[in-house]
Amino acid sequence: MRNAFASELTALAAGDDRIVLLSGDIGNQLFEDYKRKAPRRFFNCGVAEANMMGVAAGLAGCGLKPITYTITPFMTTRCLEQIRVDVCYQNLPVIIVGVGGGLSYASLNATHHSCEDIAFLRMLPNMTVVCPGDPLEVRQALRAALDINGPVYLRLGKKGEPLVHSQLTDFKIGKAIVLQEGEHVCLLSTGNILPVAVQAAALLAKDGITARVVSMHTVKPLDVALLSDVFDRFPLVATLEEHSVLGGLGGSVAEWLADRGHGYARLLRIGTADAFMYVAGEQDFAREYFGLTAESIATRVRNLYRQTTLKASSTSLA
Amino acid sequence: MEYEAIARRIRAKLVELSHTAKTAHLGSSLSCVDILVALYWGVLRLDIHQPFDEARDRFILSKGHAATSLYAVLAERGFFPKELLDSYASPGSRFSEHPIRGAAPGIEVTSGSLGHGLPLAVGMALAGRIRNQDFRVVVVLSDGECNEGSVWEAALLAAAQGLERLMVIVDYNKWQATGRSEEVMSIRPLAEKWKSFGWSTYEVDGHDIETLFRVLSQLPDGSGKPVAVVANTVKGKGISFMEDDNNWHYRIPNSAEVQRARQELGLL
Repeated sequence: MRNAFASELTALAAGDDRIVLLSGDIGNQLFEDYKRKAPRRFFNCGVAEANMMGVAAGLAGCGLKPITYTITPFMTTRCLEQIRVDVCYQNLPVIIVGVGGGLSYASLNATHHSCEDIAFLRMLPNMTVVCPGDPLEVRQALRAALDINGPVYLRLGKKGEPLVHSQLTDFKIGKAIVLQEGEHVCLLSTGNILPVAVQAAALLAKDGITARVVSMHTVKPLDVALLSDVFDRFPLVATLEEHSVLGGLGGSVAEWLADRGHGYARLLRIGTADAFMYVAGEQDFAREYFGLTAESIATRVRNLYRQTTLKASSTSLA
Repeated sequence: MEYEAIARRIRAKLVELSHTAKTAHLGSSLSCVDILVALYWGVLRLDIHQPFDEARDRFILSKGHAATSLYAVLAERGFFPKELLDSYASPGSRFSEHPIRGAAPGIEVTSGSLGHGLPLAVGMALAGRIRNQDFRVVVVLSDGECNEGSVWEAALLAAAQGLERLMVIVDYNKWQATGRSEEVMSIRPLAEKWKSFGWSTYEVDGHDIETLFRVLSQLPDGSGKPVAVVANTVKGKGISFMEDDNNWHYRIPNSAEVQRARQELGLL
């Protein structure tokens, strides 16, 4: 995802002299091409994220389109105060890009995990939160973010994520994408876990449970039209994210559902537990640790689907 | 002196606003009045008829708790009618106890949380460079504000980028909310700190408007560095019973005190 981001940004910056890239002392090789094309619009702001965010707001206040970039926890919770006051309160068009969302950098320990960032940032008024699910979504999300005249948080994975879409033409912030149709359950995925959602759907299909798989790349604003439809249509809707079950996509959908007051579907929130990880391990290990592999997701969905439909059929028999 | 007379009128307005609206931070507001008068009457390139002109100099009151100083100065300078200030801090007013960006012409940024103004200013100065504009950016910080790490993050970047059109003025009144600033944190020697961070540094009497005109006008000063001016000030300046008394960080003057203040300022 980060290579797709860098290449798309470089192409965009060549044609739009309002774009300014601020890096928190990372991505040196990554932005070589960008720096060649827009040398006066790249600043390494050092290991000083609070300042970097304020600088971005200052640039945006003068009509530029700053994009801040560093590792997710440092780009979000480290400088949350600056995001809240300088960017969101002043409602300025800063694109905040976190690389290594969720468990991407699992092996570096929880200092580098980012399983609370969606929750913190979506709380902020004026903020848009976008978590692309594959490299194509990253490119489209960046383009779309540049058209929003306000703060946007763009949450990337790392590098090497597979393409989920073969092509993507109709990307809109706030409009979820249906990847595949299914009859029995609906999987709403946000961010870098999208390929796992597709794998989980394939496993469910082997058991005769077909899943509609949705890339819910935008967590704020929610695509409530899609939510209304799937909660009336399916007996089970599961949210998937490499983020805490508290406050992320699952939390957002739960809030929406509580306010809606009715719905046919049961909601299952799948994400990381309300816990830090205190052991070593790469992303694959961390996904196992938190029950975020395709197998464990399929098992949970399958069991709850059977329970739910069994209860429904016994109720109707009675 | 014309400028001293302006400063006295503004101080009287600050006392009145604090009394009427029952808002704190009067001592902090009084301490930076002369700095703002020097900036707005002799330093900043601003046109009250084109307050959003892209080429204008930018002023940032980072010590947002001195909002009334900024409001009163902008009104006195003609950015908006003085009557607008009557609504200060009342429910629904655009003039809250800390400034909100765009609330009125001349209010460039939102401040109130300390340590935000200088990073914003660095961004503005970089924007000027990117766009080949020669506007300057001036920020007023409080000494207590220099406790915030983000101030020093910004100071490091500004020096690395050689932002010679950026100026910091520290309103060094030696007090922060609950104590002497040099006792709460090790702020001394303040001018040397800025100097060692790579800034071209000056130390001035922050109540001597003529000197302020001269020093603050030197931007850029030819050094190729950002400029830091440590302005030695007195909290509560101009009103004898408030001067250097930190109770006036929070105290609100009663009617008799307002009268006394007006008398001392020669407005009665």
